[in-house]
Amino acid sequence: MTATSAPARGGVRSPAGGAVRGARRRWRLPFSPWHLVLIPATIVLIFPFVWLVITSVETPAEALHFPPVLVPHQLRLANYPDALHSAPFGRFFVNSAIVAVVTVLSNLVLCSLAGYAFARFRFLGRTALFAVIMATLMVPFQVTMIPQFIITKWLGVHVLAAVGINHIGALILPNAATAFGIFFLRQFFRTLPLEYEESARVDGASRLTVLIRIVLPLATPALATLAALTFLDSWNNFLWPLIAITSTNQMTLPLGLATFQGAHQTEWTLLMAANVMSLVPMLCIFFLAQRYFIRSVAATGLAGT
Amino acid sequence: MRRGFVSSEQFTGWAFVTPAAVIIGLFGAAPIVWSAVMSFQKNNLLTPSTPFVGTANYRQLAHDPVVAQAIQHTLIYTALFVPGTMAAGLFLAVAMNRKIRFISFYRTAAYATVAISTISEAIVFIWLFDPSYGVINYFLSWFGVPPQQFINSPSQALYVIVIMTIWGWTGFSVVIYLAALQGVPQHLTEAAAIDGAGPWQAFRRVTLPLLSPASLFLAVWLTINALQLFDEVYLSTQGGPLNATTVLVYYLYIQAFQQFNFGYASAIAYFLFLVIIVITVIQFRVGRRFTYYRS
Repeated sequence: MTATSAPARGGVRSPAGGAVRGARRRWRLPFSPWHLVLIPATIVLIFPFVWLVITSVETPAEALHFPPVLVPHQLRLANYPDALHSAPFGRFFVNSAIVAVVTVLSNLVLCSLAGYAFARFRFLGRTALFAVIMATLMVPFQVTMIPQFIITKWLGVHVLAAVGINHIGALILPNAATAFGIFFLRQFFRTLPLEYEESARVDGASRLTVLIRIVLPLATPALATLAALTFLDSWNNFLWPLIAITSTNQMTLPLGLATFQGAHQTEWTLLMAANVMSLVPMLCIFFLAQRYFIRSVAATGLAGT
Repeated sequence: MRRGFVSSEQFTGWAFVTPAAVIIGLFGAAPIVWSAVMSFQKNNLLTPSTPFVGTANYRQLAHDPVVAQAIQHTLIYTALFVPGTMAAGLFLAVAMNRKIRFISFYRTAAYATVAISTISEAIVFIWLFDPSYGVINYFLSWFGVPPQQFINSPSQALYVIVIMTIWGWTGFSVVIYLAALQGVPQHLTEAAAIDGAGPWQAFRRVTLPLLSPASLFLAVWLTINALQLFDEVYLSTQGGPLNATTVLVYYLYIQAFQQFNFGYASAIAYFLFLVIIVITVIQFRVGRRFTYYRS
């Protein structure tokens, strides 16, 4: 905390007194003093990643050695195929991807429809229905997870096996539309000017056409934000998959990784190789679309302020 | 007549809303009521009947020593995690809120933790903090500190979880504070400097109050998440050693999905809900007094 009292940014325009300025100038570093803070902070932040990668290419003997081997003598890349032989990480990855992509798409479609109706239409029960949906937003998942488990189990047995317990469908359906998505898009739709929609209606366009052709193109930033947030949530979700899935071939990455950890607790090199493989796809997506993700995460904060 | 109805706002309104409403009703709204009912029932999957037992589950909760421990651990965890994450985020965001060399590298390094799943994070940290081969014990040995037991020690395990979750949430906190700092107009801090305020004073008296809405949001958001801590505990300690890291949601999970006491678990869930509501309301009440909104 105290480091914030370090001299402010390269103050050429600094209005501080001339004498003080002169005195300071003699002491000035050839680079911003903030680097002295940021470099150690960044090392602390990325060290866990670095150590993860280092361990993943060590031999078991090197990993189980104290003091730790900070620089492995050779790169043992065989840990990666070994991990893939011990558990179907490719399968976990595909499952995670299917669940995340389908959840994102269905949220975009269903929350757009509902959010638009709540923003623009008058229909009987609108206020009451919206209030009920908003109420679900405030309740933590732990309150609803037991009935959700029972309902999912029932659906799988009596309606459609693909959305029942032990199928990835069970990870998609309960999150296929979210109260947050509806609320978020409704708020955005209400900020759009009515004129375009009205003139399209006068020209004979249906409500659905207006939504698809006029409103959604204007709402691209909001849709991108919702997509990024939904994707992150779905990709990293753990508690619901843990409850809903027990068979290995239906597991998502976090659940598969946790199960693998339970079975291979002391095989640190394999575990770290598996962990690297689980991390890298999401990190790549994140870096490629960093601007979108950051804007989305910041949007949750702005919504709250 | 019929065509008139189909194209009416009544019909289209309901047609647009129904798919989402069915899903949220089935998996969001109905379970709220159902678990409330269940919390007054004896429901343990072994017997097909689910008789009403009045407030027995809540009375059991009040006398369960593990619940008392779990509440204590949850509150200690929250009290450390929330200020820790906010301080780390604020500090880094202030340091990163300037155009210097490598700044996008620094920022990306901080943001990266946003993309890490709780499970990946926990696996890395139990390895870092491994009592026998962990690199943290090695670093501590440089300072003459003897090897620590960390997650094997009842007195340390919870703090290891605090550290790993602070690391995991720092990126989020940095993003929020950086976005808020971008909204602090430079002319205000410059005006403070003209009036003779040092950098620390300008930060303390001008920047920090302007960040207060972001701080309130973070405090509430992080608290809600802290009270629901589960993933890291499940992965690293399974509530142990000696229940030292048993938090409310972990105990709820054990009761619900290992012991199959759905009735009792529902009572715990509603208790957790109550705790979240009470703490959030207090935060907003207290926060309003310290929060400065520019209109």
